[in-house]
Amino acid sequence: MRLNELSSRLSQWFSPEAPLSDIVISSRVRLARNVAGHKFISRCNEAEKRKILEMLKETILSLNESAQGWLTPLGDIFFIDIEHGSGLERDLLIERQLISRNLAAGKGPRGVVIAKNELFAAQINEEDHLRLAVFAAGLNLDKCWGRINDIDDAIGKKVKYAFSPRLGFLTACPTNLGTGIRVSVMLHLPGLKMTDQLKKLFEAAKDMNLAVRGLFGEGTEAVGDFFQVSNQVTLGISEEKTVEDFMTLIIPKIVEYERLARDRLLVKDTNILDDRISRAMAVLKNAKIISSHEAMFLLSNLRMGINMGRVKEISINTINELFLLTQPAHLQINKGQNLDAEQRDILRAETLRAKLN
Amino acid sequence: MQCELCKTRTATVHLTEIVDGQRTESHLCQNCAQKEGITIKNQLSLNELLSSLIAAHQESDEQSGTESQISCPVCGITMEMFRKQALLGCPKDYEVFEKSLRLIIEKAHDGNLTHKGKTPGGVPLTAPEIATDEQAEVKNENKSDSTGSLQAEELKKLLEKAVCDEDYELAAKLRDQLKALEQ
Repeated sequence: MRLNELSSRLSQWFSPEAPLSDIVISSRVRLARNVAGHKFISRCNEAEKRKILEMLKETILSLNESAQGWLTPLGDIFFIDIEHGSGLERDLLIERQLISRNLAAGKGPRGVVIAKNELFAAQINEEDHLRLAVFAAGLNLDKCWGRINDIDDAIGKKVKYAFSPRLGFLTACPTNLGTGIRVSVMLHLPGLKMTDQLKKLFEAAKDMNLAVRGLFGEGTEAVGDFFQVSNQVTLGISEEKTVEDFMTLIIPKIVEYERLARDRLLVKDTNILDDRISRAMAVLKNAKIISSHEAMFLLSNLRMGINMGRVKEISINTINELFLLTQPAHLQINKGQNLDAEQRDILRAETLRAKLN
Repeated sequence: MQCELCKTRTATVHLTEIVDGQRTESHLCQNCAQKEGITIKNQLSLNELLSSLIAAHQESDEQSGTESQISCPVCGITMEMFRKQALLGCPKDYEVFEKSLRLIIEKAHDGNLTHKGKTPGGVPLTAPEIATDEQAEVKNENKSDSTGSLQAEELKKLLEKAVCDEDYELAAKLRDQLKALEQ
């Protein structure tokens, strides 16, 4: 599998047919694990890191055999060496949410095993020895949990995890201690943004021990109104309860507020709404030079327009595809060459015009 | 705040009573409180508890003070190094720095300190070994001897937690249970 096979197509978790996918883009469950008898990554020397990497890599690559009893097979899985990969390859994997910035920026032997369908990724030697992740389109956390639980059991039978009956799975940072589970949901919330209610959401999230961060931007400042909501408490709450809270309480509530906000816009501020959508369309269809920040912002408005039935001639799939294709590493890998910022802005505008006109 | 009864002196005794879920507050000066038969001693158990809590914290600070002198025999990190990079060096650190980490863990996990959830490989934890009859008898004896103090310990812990959580209604109930037990 070559990375440019990834870069030219859409991630499966970007599917418009999934539950609530107009607002909930995707679900992810990750588990943090460490191998017993080894130091955590920050205290490992190169040789120890290599030993851990080789062992976990072999174990995970052999999972296809144990996967036969599973409901759906894992599909083709392959290893990508991050230590020796190029910066552009690392950026591509970050843009596709398959690895973290932390893994990309790390030192020494490290890598990721990913499924060709991009619904599974196992980062090795990130902050912990192993960070398993399973993805799904829309609100599908229970499915993610079932799958990752199977994978984790299969690995746990071959590798001895660092575990204490009292504290659970032992992690490099005490904030992941216990279940080591991080349940995340990617949300598109332009309605709450336009009606100025995001602050309320952030405050409520804080009260409920949830983390909210912008998805494509840096820090909490979101570009294009995409947010990721995730749990923070991993000790004293079971995996099932964490998932259930998200599936039945937290996310449905946020989705409800977003829908109310959109309904209000449709009733009270149709002109403002349509103006915003039309301007987004006009710029995206005609610009000759466009930054990734501006493209993201306008694509977000257009996505809202399609989901609210104000734009009929463009499919949501086209927009989802453009979110990935217009990112810097995607542009360069698809073009087959390194480009500076100005060249990228020109190519981005070209890509948008070609897909939208 | 003025005393509700004499309306001259400053109220220094603040009494919250919860009877059948009904909450009443009174604010009295020392004199009127004594006249009303509210002995300060009786109502101070929560305050006493608070100060004992603070003392316990200080104690744990002192203990973690000794922890801050040591480094982990496996990975070599110290608490100071952990504070700088927020990452531990090895699984053993959770034992070596148990006291210092306790507060951090509690804070990060909404007051929880015990794991609930899956175990490695989906294998349930092995049940504790079944003791021989003789051992079991000894254990039972010990148990019956210490049941009273155990309960009191348990109640005290719950009470501390209730005070920490500012759940005073529960705290008051627990306090009464403790008192009954001690009598």
